[in-house]
Amino acid sequence: MVKKDKLQADLEGLVKKWKDKKGNLIMILHSIENIYGYVPRDTSIKLSRLLDVPLARIYEVITFYNYFKLEPPAKHNVAVCMGTACYLKNAASLIEEIEKILHIKEGQSTKDGMFHLDVVRCLGCCGLAPVMMIDEKVYGKVKKSEIVDILSKYVKEEE
Amino acid sequence: MEKKIIYIRDTDSAQKERINDYFTLFSNELRDANLLEQVQLVKVADIGLYEKGVAVKIIPENIVYSGIKTTDVKEIVEETIRGGKIIKDLLCGKKSKQLRAVLKNCGYIDPESLEDYIAAGGYKALVKVLTEMKPEAVVEELKKSGLRGRGGAGYPTWMKWNFARGMNSPEKYVICNGDEGDPGAYMDRSVLEGDPHSVLEGMIIAGYTIGSTKGYFYIRAEYPLAVERVQKAIDQATSAGLLGNNILGSNFNFELEIRLGAGAFVCGEETSLIASIEGKRGTPHPRPPYPSVKGLWGKPTIINNVETLANIPLLIAGGGTKFASVGTEKSKGTKVFALTGKVKNSGLVEVPMGITLREIVYDIGGGIINNRDIKAIQTGGPSGGVIPQEFLDTPVDYENLGKLGSIMGSGGMIAIDDTDCLVDLAKFYLEFCVDESCGKCAPCRLGGYQLLQILKKISGGNGELEDLNRLKKISYAMQKASLCGLGQSASNPVFSTIRYFEEEYKRHIVDKKCPAGKCKALISFKVISEKCKKCGLCMKNCPANAITGSREAGYIVDSQKCIKCGVCFDVCKFKAVMKE
Ligand SMILES: Cc1cc2nc3c(=O)[nH]c(=O)nc-3n(C[C@H](O)[C@H](O)[C@H](O)COP(=O)(O)O)c2cc1C
Ligand code: SF4
Ligand code: SF4
Ligand code: FES
Repeated sequence: MVKKDKLQADLEGLVKKWKDKKGNLIMILHSIENIYGYVPRDTSIKLSRLLDVPLARIYEVITFYNYFKLEPPAKHNVAVCMGTACYLKNAASLIEEIEKILHIKEGQSTKDGMFHLDVVRCLGCCGLAPVMMIDEKVYGKVKKSEIVDILSKYVKEEE
Repeated sequence: MEKKIIYIRDTDSAQKERINDYFTLFSNELRDANLLEQVQLVKVADIGLYEKGVAVKIIPENIVYSGIKTTDVKEIVEETIRGGKIIKDLLCGKKSKQLRAVLKNCGYIDPESLEDYIAAGGYKALVKVLTEMKPEAVVEELKKSGLRGRGGAGYPTWMKWNFARGMNSPEKYVICNGDEGDPGAYMDRSVLEGDPHSVLEGMIIAGYTIGSTKGYFYIRAEYPLAVERVQKAIDQATSAGLLGNNILGSNFNFELEIRLGAGAFVCGEETSLIASIEGKRGTPHPRPPYPSVKGLWGKPTIINNVETLANIPLLIAGGGTKFASVGTEKSKGTKVFALTGKVKNSGLVEVPMGITLREIVYDIGGGIINNRDIKAIQTGGPSGGVIPQEFLDTPVDYENLGKLGSIMGSGGMIAIDDTDCLVDLAKFYLEFCVDESCGKCAPCRLGGYQLLQILKKISGGNGELEDLNRLKKISYAMQKASLCGLGQSASNPVFSTIRYFEEEYKRHIVDKKCPAGKCKALISFKVISEKCKKCGLCMKNCPANAITGSREAGYIVDSQKCIKCGVCFDVCKFKAVMKE
């Protein structure tokens, strides 16, 4: 859990940095998302007070953009690319495989909070299609048969 | 002697140490020839050639030698560097059909070094503009150059700038559109990451021309490295006096700031992008008023694509006439494409306008994987269309692609072969647009959804012939009645696949077959008993236990149980499983 007073301090710092700039809301939300991995509700409430904008307007923005999340992230984010190149190279079969192994569907997290599965569009390395990314690491030319091994590496790391 | 640069690279991926030997050899020869002062030797990470041995590129002449042996080094230094003569035997076999202008620095200079950019001729254009050119003269030069927007629509850049310049307002804005939403394209990312200062320079010149003092980079948050490099470039330019007050001693002031996109395709559209920078939901507004009249915070604003802006410095430095010497009648200069799909060498290519699609796919892309036949080329991503194989000899420019029912787009280019199903492809793009529709206007919100349902019905084996007319009617309505470019162009992939591949749709609808074997509901798997060696591998691997049989009796697929995963087809080593 995020400590209350730390949260307050972070937020005040952020707001101070951006306060005088027009159209700052999205940039502040980006910073919050970077710190916590999502935008916690109590942060939005505080932000609404500090910036003097209605909470509804903050939520209106958060929910419009795919990038902002309202739920805390899992330990490892598995993003499978379904951009055009990856789609043509059968990325769908990778997704199926991951869903089968982790017993989750796209957009969900495993019960133990270990993995979250996202389907994303073009990660910008189509030459390596099909591509998936776990956290910051890119896996290119992934074969369905390699997935078990890739995922289990992350589980082992935890032990 | 004019100052020269020798770029050197080992294009064989297997070699590791060899390049250092060559580097030493070259520097020794240059030293012996007393040329160290005039010639700079640079190891680069990419020289545009692959698996062609050690290669050098000599600048400014742009001579490329490949397959260089250690014994050739002395001759290169003596003949070419000192004597200015070309050694024919070393010239790289086929002259590359690429023409690197926008990408000329990418991979060659350190993108985090302002000095490198300046050494490569950077900021010369800005100096020229600030010291010798009035804003009108810049517009005039742009007009001569014929440069058109690289973000998709191909609007003449000079007109856009001239409108904004003519607006009487103390506050104006310049925006760089780095949202790059086409899900299969990464040209702008490469420029922002590989040569950020070129885009900065373009923006500063834009600011000077229209009379603006503030510019914004709008970059997708999915490109963290691009954001980092651009920020670094802004900081460097500011400390060097290239941004800020009284730039280079003139009375022109300009500052730049980055704003991040947050994952919404519609934010690539001008009016949504402006709403997003203003910190709001990125929903479009009707135009007019155009941004050049009423844009960011209600003030005159120009929005240009990354690649458009990166073209500005070289256009100004070399002059508009020179820029216009490359290209076709109405499309000038080069275009960067992200070539992907079923080509052998996928990657970024930069080509002169007017090159044919065939040259791009075959001469640069190396042809189709497994030497299969190409079926079509898709350009323009979800807003574009397909161009069938019979038009491969069409020269690439805005007009030609438009006439064929596609668009230049921002530069996605996908080669499609006969294992790709066009109904499925149309469905894929439509899913994207339906997902990304902001929902503000009904034609896009409802029309897109209906189109998708019909396509799903067809690929699911329940299509009827009347569906083709329905698709056409809805597509037409969306084109005419949607509020923004997203909805207006969302049906392009459907329209153009029907236009050229109606037969393929009919095979799905009438024969209930998917010729490419992509649409799951329409394919079935069968073990061909004559070819089957009775190894049992298919049965072992089938996740649905849909294959029964034994080593004596052979194997059969139970079509009721089969989930059409294709595993049996893939695992069979004897090609005894048939997909149809
Ligand atoms: C739905 C939609 C998405 C767009 N996405 C982009 C984009 O990602 N990058 C871009 O430069 N232009 C994009 N455009 C085009 C821009 O609205 C605008 O025309 C362009 O940035 C103008 O710059 P240019 O004249 O330099 O091409 C998009 C347009 C629409 C309708
Ligand atoms: S066309 Fe689509 S994306 Fe554009 S305004 Fe209408 S609903 Fe929104
Ligand atoms: S396609 Fe998949 S489910 Fe169907 S028979 Fe082959 S292995 Fe089994
Ligand atoms: S389509 Fe997957 S990386 Fe581009």
